[in-house]
Amino acid sequence: MAEKTYLQAISDSLRLEMRRDQRVFVLGEDVGVYGGAFKVTQGFQEEFGASRVLDMPLSETAIVAGATGAALMGMRPVAEMQFADFVSCAWDQLVTVAAKQHYRAGTPIPIVLRLPSGGGFSGGPFHSQNPESSFAHIPGLKVVCPATPEDAKGLLATAVEDPNPVLFFEHKHLYRRIRGEVPDERYTTPFGKARTHRPGEDVTVITWGAMVYVADDAAAKLAEEDVSVEVLDLRTLIPWDRDAVLESVARCSKVLVLHEDTKTGGFGGEIAATIAEEAFEQLDAPVRRLAAPDSPVPFAPSLEKAFIPQVDDVAAALRELAAY
Amino acid sequence: MAVREAEPVETLQQVKEAGLDREDLLGIYRNMLITRAVEERGHILYKQGKIPGSFYTGRGNEASAVGVATAMGPNDVGTPLQRDMGVHITRGIEPWRIFAQYMGRADGPTRGRDGNVHMGDSRLGLYTMVSHLPAMLPVGVGMALAFKIRDERRVAVAWCGEGASARGDAHEGMNLAGVRRLPVVFVIDNNQWAYSTPAHLEYAVDHLADRAAAYGFDGVVVDGTDVLAVYREAKQAIEKAREGGGPTLIESVTLRMEGHAVHDDAFYVPKELFEEWARRDPIERFRTWLRDNAELTDDEEDEITAGVKRLLNEAIERAEDSPLPDPSTVTDGVFAAPDELETPHHR
Repeated sequence: MAEKTYLQAISDSLRLEMRRDQRVFVLGEDVGVYGGAFKVTQGFQEEFGASRVLDMPLSETAIVAGATGAALMGMRPVAEMQFADFVSCAWDQLVTVAAKQHYRAGTPIPIVLRLPSGGGFSGGPFHSQNPESSFAHIPGLKVVCPATPEDAKGLLATAVEDPNPVLFFEHKHLYRRIRGEVPDERYTTPFGKARTHRPGEDVTVITWGAMVYVADDAAAKLAEEDVSVEVLDLRTLIPWDRDAVLESVARCSKVLVLHEDTKTGGFGGEIAATIAEEAFEQLDAPVRRLAAPDSPVPFAPSLEKAFIPQVDDVAAALRELAAY
Repeated sequence: MAVREAEPVETLQQVKEAGLDREDLLGIYRNMLITRAVEERGHILYKQGKIPGSFYTGRGNEASAVGVATAMGPNDVGTPLQRDMGVHITRGIEPWRIFAQYMGRADGPTRGRDGNVHMGDSRLGLYTMVSHLPAMLPVGVGMALAFKIRDERRVAVAWCGEGASARGDAHEGMNLAGVRRLPVVFVIDNNQWAYSTPAHLEYAVDHLADRAAAYGFDGVVVDGTDVLAVYREAKQAIEKAREGGGPTLIESVTLRMEGHAVHDDAFYVPKELFEEWARRDPIERFRTWLRDNAELTDDEEDEITAGVKRLLNEAIERAEDSPLPDPSTVTDGVFAAPDELETPHHR
């Protein structure tokens, strides 16, 4: 065990996968000589050679299509979008080709797409988005949103092993800010198993990614007010751990669904609807959603702060639920 | 700039130099006949209400599809499109499975999950197209990327229509292939009409093959009704790619002899154009060539024609015996299972 940043854990995991399996290779913009815009693949070209760490033209379509074609030929590509926002350029390749190919043709597409996502540092409308809900809606894609260094490492290994297209959302605001103990050896963390980040009894917060820490800080405030808040980190959205959510709801009977993505059509709606369908009788308050407002991600710090759910926003919502 | 325009193949000697013997020629002829017959019989089944959805044919493109597929090696791969039935036939997808596919039956290559020519068979190196043309072109480039990384002597053939050549996927795929000198051959089936839109509203260069220069590789224009010329050009390009010489763009010029799909009577195509290209029908053209240059006899012709008819009768019967997929399986196959990667292909 050693303390690692979230970013280092991702980098370590990818390096272990490439050492373990010759079929794994990396492709993306500036991933080679430069080591990636965020330095996740720093030193990879020296270790694995330029033929397994490919600097690609500015061509998101060709990057995802290239990964898909290589996967069809038996490779295990790990493609990087420099920012998750740019995946919109490759939508067709992901949604039309990769997501549907196994259902139609029976040919697995084992690709991993690494997507640095999320805001909090004035990245503006095109370097801050959290597009996970758009892809969670597409049958055939798996969606992973790790919150901790330990999970980031284990979930990436699982993603590489998975025979399906996996979208791996790495929250940029966690990259160097979040540290944690990470086992040195390779391990896999299963998809579809939520993690209790903080146990509690009165209200549960269902969330993922960077919002896990916002929820935790809010829960700490509520603890001072004698309200016990549970924070459940989903880890993966497709598949998502319905059992863990329903179990937590049954125990706490009040629930806040929280995400950094915008509200309408966000994945929180799916979770809230499932709770309403399957745990209505166990609720002591209406399901509450807290998410970004329905607007592009703004640039100015004052606006971005108003956009991304803050600790005080979460604490206020939790207080209302506790008092209901 | 002008690209090379391929010469026609005139003599049997030239064919032999291209590596084909008389048996090969008869095989090509037979594959072209099967290709057309599958689509003609399919059209009848469609009119009989036995094929749901719509129905597409590649009439006029038989020489182009069969010619290119004949030039591919056994371990080569490709991403053929809706006018390329001849590729499926030549690579060995059995006609009964094609009819099962048309009719949405459980034994079609997509098990009723998709229809018409949206099919393939990875065992035969054929990968299933999508409607968003030419999305499979850069996927073909990815296949070639795998060959390059593994240093394998295999080639990917990526198809595109002249209409779809306007989309960004074609540009990104060809640019990447040029940058990395990948073992891929691009075939643009230029049948002059993208649904109802004529070629002059789709592109402004003289020949689409001119674009190859912009990507740093060779382009060639070939008469897509001349199966032997298509074969020779495809063979040359494929072997060049195999030897590390990088991509080639082959523009194969034909006329789409029917509408975009069977609901479309192609009223917008001038009648004279149809008449002109009907005189260049690829099958009739090759039949005449075989009689003039390879001593194709009446008996041989009759035997081949009867064999094709028998094959298709049996194929339709077998396809009609195939069940419709069980409704309870509707979500089966959305995700692949881990053991599906434990195949020789993926190891």
